[in-house]
Amino acid sequence: MDMTIIIAIATMGGLGFLFAGGLAIADKKLRVEENPLIAQVNEILPNANCGGCGYAGCYDFAVNLVEGKAKVNGCPVGGNDVAQEVALLMGVDAEASIKIVPRILCRGGNKEAIKKAAEYYGPLSCKAMALVAGGQKECSYGCLGGGDCVNVCTFGAMFMNENGLPEVIEDLCTGCGMCAKACPRDIIEMHPIDREVFVLCKNHDDPKRSKEVCDAACIGCGICARKSDGGVEMVNFLGIMHYDKLDPEKIPFEKCSTGAITRIHKNSIN
Amino acid sequence: MELIIIFISASIVNNFVLSLFLGICPFIGVSNKFSSAVSMGLATTFVMVITAMVSWLLYFKLLLPFHLTFLQIPSFILVIAALVQFVEMVIKKVSQPLYRALGIFLPLITTNCAILGLALLLVMRDYSFVESIVFGLGSGAGFILALSIMAGIREELELRDVPKAFQGAPITLIVAGILALAFMGFAGMI
Repeated sequence: MDMTIIIAIATMGGLGFLFAGGLAIADKKLRVEENPLIAQVNEILPNANCGGCGYAGCYDFAVNLVEGKAKVNGCPVGGNDVAQEVALLMGVDAEASIKIVPRILCRGGNKEAIKKAAEYYGPLSCKAMALVAGGQKECSYGCLGGGDCVNVCTFGAMFMNENGLPEVIEDLCTGCGMCAKACPRDIIEMHPIDREVFVLCKNHDDPKRSKEVCDAACIGCGICARKSDGGVEMVNFLGIMHYDKLDPEKIPFEKCSTGAITRIHKNSIN
Repeated sequence: MELIIIFISASIVNNFVLSLFLGICPFIGVSNKFSSAVSMGLATTFVMVITAMVSWLLYFKLLLPFHLTFLQIPSFILVIAALVQFVEMVIKKVSQPLYRALGIFLPLITTNCAILGLALLLVMRDYSFVESIVFGLGSGAGFILALSIMAGIREELELRDVPKAFQGAPITLIVAGILALAFMGFAGMI
C-alpha cells in the first residue's frame, strides 16, 4: 500500500518535471520579444481595467500608447499624475489633462418632479424601474432616483442627496464613466471639469406637458437659443449645447423661467 | 477500412460537440466569427492529436504495465495542460492577432472536456497507437466542422432581425439544439 503511494507520487512528479522542462525549453525558443516600454507603461497605469480610455483594458491602452496611437493623457482615471509619469517615460510632453467628471443633467428630484405616474414597488434600481413602465415620476426623461449610478461607482464618488438625485464628489471622481453607462435614461454625461454651462434637463415634452411634469424642466421656450448665436440649439423643445460655438456671456441665464440652463461654478480644476 | 470508420465515426456520427455534447464552452464562446472559429478548431485539433498520442503512450506504456491506471485522469490532465501551454506559446509567436482573438478560450482548452473525453475514450475503446491518432484527427475535424457551421450560421444571424428576447446567447443555444438534432440523423450509420 505504502509503495503504491510512493510510486504514484514519483510518477506524477516525474511527469510534471518532464513537461515543465519541455515547456521551459519551448519558452526560451518561442519567446516573443515585445517592447519593454509596454510593460513599464502598464506598470504606471491604474490597472483597474475599467475601459474609460476607450481601449480594452490597461494593457491594450499601454500597447496603443507605445505605438503612438493613444494619447499620453488618455487615461481619465490616472489623470494628470499618470499622464506626467508616462510622458516622462516616453520622453514626450504631456499636455495637461483636463479632468473629466460626470454631470447629472436633471434637476427633477422629489421636490421638483413630485407628480407620481404610478406607485412603484420593487427593487430599488433604475434599470428595473425603467423596465416597468418608466418608474414613478410623470416625467419620462428624468432621473429615476434608483441610484444605479451610485451603486456602480467603485470610488465612492457619488451619493444620493435628500432630494433623491445623485451628486458627484468631484475630488473622489476619477472620470471612468461607469455611472454614465449605468444610467438607463442617459442623464449622466461626461464633461471636462471646466465646462460651466449646461442645460440641466433632458425633457423633450412640449412646453405645456413639461411644465406639468416638473418644476425644473426645460420647457423649450427657446430664449437661450435665440440669444446665443448657435451656442444652444432647440431640438424637440430641449436646448442642446454646442460647446464649440458657445459664448457663456451671451446666454441669458436670468431669462430662463425654470433655471434649466445654468452656469455651475468650477469647484476644483485638476 | 477500420481507420476510415474511426475517422468518420469521430468526426460526424459521434461528433464530440453535437452528439456527445463535449466542448460546448468554446462552441458557444468562439463561434461568433468564422475565421477565429476555424483557428480555434485548428488549435483544438492540434492539441487533440498530440494528446491522443501522448496519452496513448502514457497509458499503455507506463500506467498499464505498472498497474497505475488509477492515475489516468490526473496524468491526462497534466499532459493536456502542458500541451495547451505549448500551443499558446506557438500561437503567440506566430500570430498576435489570433492570440488576442482567441483570448481566454485558448488557455481554456486545458479544461475543455472534449480533450479529456478523447483521452479517456481512446483508452476505454482499447485503440492502437495509429487508431488513436486517427481518432484524434477525426475528433478535431468534427470539432472544426461543428464550430465552423455554427460560426457561419451566427454570422448570418447577425444580419437578421432576431426578436429582442432571443438576441445573443438564447438564439445561439436554440441554433445549437437544432444542429444537434440534425446530427442525430447520422446516428446508426456506422
